[in-house]
Amino acid sequence: MIWEVFRQERKGQPFVHGGSFHAPDGAFADAYAREFYARRQESVALWIVPREAITAIEEFPDEFDLKYRRVDGYSIKERLREARERAGTASSDGAR
Amino acid sequence: MDARTQEFLDQVQAGRQVETGDWMPDEYRARLIKFIEMHGNSELMGVLPERDWILRAPTLQRKLALTAKIQDEVGHCQLIYRVVEDLGKPRHQCLDDLVSGKSKFHNVFHYPTKSWGDVGVIAWLVDAAAIISQKALLKCSYAPYARVMKKVCWEESFHILHGRDTVLAMVTGTPAQFELVQEALNRWWGPLMHFHGTPIPAEEDPMYVWRIKSQGNEDARQQFLEGYVPQILELGLELPDPNLRRGDDGVWEYTEPDWDELMSVVTGHGPASQERLAFRRLSRAEVDWVAKVMLPEAA
Amino acid sequence: MSDRARLLLELADDELILGWRNSEWTGIAPFLEEDVAFSSIAQNEIGHARALYELAARELGTDADALAFDRTLEEYRSAPLVELRRLEWARTIARHWLYETADAVRLEALKASDDPEIAGLAAKMDREETYHRIHAEMWLDRLLAAPEGRTRLEEGLRELWPYALGVLDDELRPVFVERVRARLPFELPEVEPVPRGRHEAELEELLGEMTMVRRSAPTGARW
Repeated sequence: MIWEVFRQERKGQPFVHGGSFHAPDGAFADAYAREFYARRQESVALWIVPREAITAIEEFPDEFDLKYRRVDGYSIKERLREARERAGTASSDGAR
Repeated sequence: MDARTQEFLDQVQAGRQVETGDWMPDEYRARLIKFIEMHGNSELMGVLPERDWILRAPTLQRKLALTAKIQDEVGHCQLIYRVVEDLGKPRHQCLDDLVSGKSKFHNVFHYPTKSWGDVGVIAWLVDAAAIISQKALLKCSYAPYARVMKKVCWEESFHILHGRDTVLAMVTGTPAQFELVQEALNRWWGPLMHFHGTPIPAEEDPMYVWRIKSQGNEDARQQFLEGYVPQILELGLELPDPNLRRGDDGVWEYTEPDWDELMSVVTGHGPASQERLAFRRLSRAEVDWVAKVMLPEAA
Repeated sequence: MSDRARLLLELADDELILGWRNSEWTGIAPFLEEDVAFSSIAQNEIGHARALYELAARELGTDADALAFDRTLEEYRSAPLVELRRLEWARTIARHWLYETADAVRLEALKASDDPEIAGLAAKMDREETYHRIHAEMWLDRLLAAPEGRTRLEEGLRELWPYALGVLDDELRPVFVERVRARLPFELPEVEPVPRGRHEAELEELLGEMTMVRRSAPTGARW
């Protein structure tokens, strides 16, 4: 079986994919994960999982460009400038 | 070249990273497999010249360090073959092709080791040459391989230090110990000069064109000379090339290596090639039953 | 030499020679993942040997490397089980499991020692050996579950059994025998132990090769 390993470098850090290896079962996978990803104490924690238990998702439809949910869906520069001019608070060099 | 392939080529040249499931031109996949497989083969064959010396290491510390270094190399082979497997070639096929002579491994692993001097020189300078290539591979367009290189580079950093320390102990020891290093260096200099390959311009090297390699061969060799010749000479050692010198423009000049010799060696005609392949064949046959019992899908 | 030093050398020599034997699999183990794992086990064993030699060295006024490399053949106190040359894989696992099982009994006794240094070192080694034991058990399970594996393993265990009996003394041996009998699904014969004190021919050959680089420079040369 192929097993995938996710490792945490330090407490507080996210688990990041480290690599994969062959092992006959979970007991061997435990031993090999320790060897490959922690024999130098380079990880504080490991998650191991059979490859077949992982689902990969790579297609994400974005047909109607729903930008209102994102920061780049907003452009406030113009309105901000207008508001400042009206309130008399615009600075002479146009800085924000 | 069809339009889709051309687009792919333009993208990798512009810095695109390719993942395992992406569409890739057949040529790219084939070149990738061949290149990466050769790297995996080299890590595995590189173990053979060194493992004899585990037994003969003169202190417990050196014995542990050498065992750990070789263990790393086996580990690297595992990581690298996994990349090849995910590209479509099973590990047992890689091993079959290696022992049958169908696929290649780097020149330096086709030469015999004769003394503890070799052990120091190999760990220091062969690993140094390799790390220069490996650092360039961190930018490989094929992302799974680039990621493996990150772990490989990090682990190899101790190898060079261990090698240099081993050499330093000998060059500050008895005259006979100093001679062991000098004699080993005399034999290994040729293979080291061959290591980075012919001085083919990067734009003519298909590996560079597809951004599998991100550095030309001559560039790598110059980096090696610039970094390591001063370190070698400062120990009072000599290099067996009277034409080796650094030009005023910073470019190193040297006696042109015999490139036919390199071709001959990597096609299995090196002094230790056949002996080592035979050893691999034999040891694999001896444990074949285990792989079949334990990893039927990979055996 | 004190009993304490003799004991330390016995343990150290066992770990050193077995570690040497096991490290011979580096690069040529049955598959790559196992190669890396087994190499760590071998390195741990040599690491234990070094720690044990260092303890003995303080008492004997020498250093660990001198004890590891510079004694004569007769001065080594290793058990015949560890001296046998690199065996094929099933026998390697058989030896690995037999040794770890015997060593567990030995370490339990040492952890209870009145000597704090020995008890402390035994506890440290035991914590690391936990993983060796898990590894040996895993392999035992897997090989016993496969017909070809079980045949070869059984053969190996029978062949090595007299040697394994020689690892522990009369006091600790019965516990070891009991544990082995409880674990295996087949009978092991009643045989005489191959005792310590006689060295296998392979040990002389091993020591010769082991010291060839070291002997090529005068004693005290730095490597």
